[in-house]
Amino acid sequence: MDTQSYCPVPPGVGMEENFLSLDDILLSHERLPVRTECVFPRLGFLEKSSDTQDIPEATKMELPLWLSKGLYERKRKVLSVELPKVYREGWRTVFTADPNVVDLHKMGPYYYGLGSQMLHFDSPENPDIAQALLQTFIGRFRRTMDSSQNAYNEDTSALVERLDSLEKVLFRSGQNGLNSFQSWEKGQASQLTASSLVLNYRKRKLADVQT
Amino acid sequence: PHCCVHAKSAARSDLIPSIKLRHCCLLRNQRCIMAYLYDRLLRIRALRWEYGSVLPANVRFHMSAEEVQWFSQYKKSLASFMRSLGGGAGLDITQDMKPPKSLYIQVRCLKDHGEFEIDDGTVILLKKNSQHFLPRWKCEQLIRQGVLEHVVS
Repeated sequence: MDTQSYCPVPPGVGMEENFLSLDDILLSHERLPVRTECVFPRLGFLEKSSDTQDIPEATKMELPLWLSKGLYERKRKVLSVELPKVYREGWRTVFTADPNVVDLHKMGPYYYGLGSQMLHFDSPENPDIAQALLQTFIGRFRRTMDSSQNAYNEDTSALVERLDSLEKVLFRSGQNGLNSFQSWEKGQASQLTASSLVLNYRKRKLADVQT
Repeated sequence: PHCCVHAKSAARSDLIPSIKLRHCCLLRNQRCIMAYLYDRLLRIRALRWEYGSVLPANVRFHMSAEEVQWFSQYKKSLASFMRSLGGGAGLDITQDMKPPKSLYIQVRCLKDHGEFEIDDGTVILLKKNSQHFLPRWKCEQLIRQGVLEHVVS
């Protein structure tokens, strides 16, 4: 694995986001069901279902996470944020029953990331949500790690497609370790290779020429 | 934000939620721009290690003037650091990134690259598909750039 020189900003851990992380920016783009607790004058155009000039109090709408976090205040006279279905009690029971059955990519794709961010909104269910996230992760981790260490040189798409994005990162990391070890065993570790960054830029160049 | 202070003093505090919302949007745009520009710098920096100190024209074409300047300053910092290693003797740490097993290696040319001079003065013609037995340190950069291929028996 050649491109160790490019180290993008990783996503934040737990409830923290990393300001410059592209993954966290994508994560905070996810929409949440909210209810306004005050009037938002002159912003009626944001709320497409009605035709008013202002957004009235008690309007139900969807806002991206970044905006919900920015507007939310503990005293709650601005916004109240609803829990998306996957973090509510019904689904939490399903996850803790058998965490390996669930397709977390469909439930997410940022199941753990968004779940951790939900803790910012002071729901009384926060301790249960946090527990469910942790237990689900623990329940699934073993299988993810095992399969990443045992799938050598094969199509892993079936293994990967039901993983959430955090699990995918771990899987890829395991695969890289496995591939590096195998390559070392074959005596390829000292073979000089072309930089993958360079090869990618080459491919891009051809595509530009063709358009 | 500044406009909230004005809204309060002009007794239009009812506008504050909307002002706050707009402010969040501005901060969001700022965050996206900064993350994008920062990621570009990380990739440009990686090119110094993966490609070399002179960037290919097609990459340089897509860099802003500030990025070109940044790259040139990064190069200088790296070069002065490398010169200071080994008690002033200097060490090129962008070489030998994989453990070397021999002084000379077998390489195959992947594309025409013209004439290439090695240390004893001999000139080699790097023609596509030609194979050569060359000093490792001379080839490393050309292999990374995809001009030569390291042939391991």
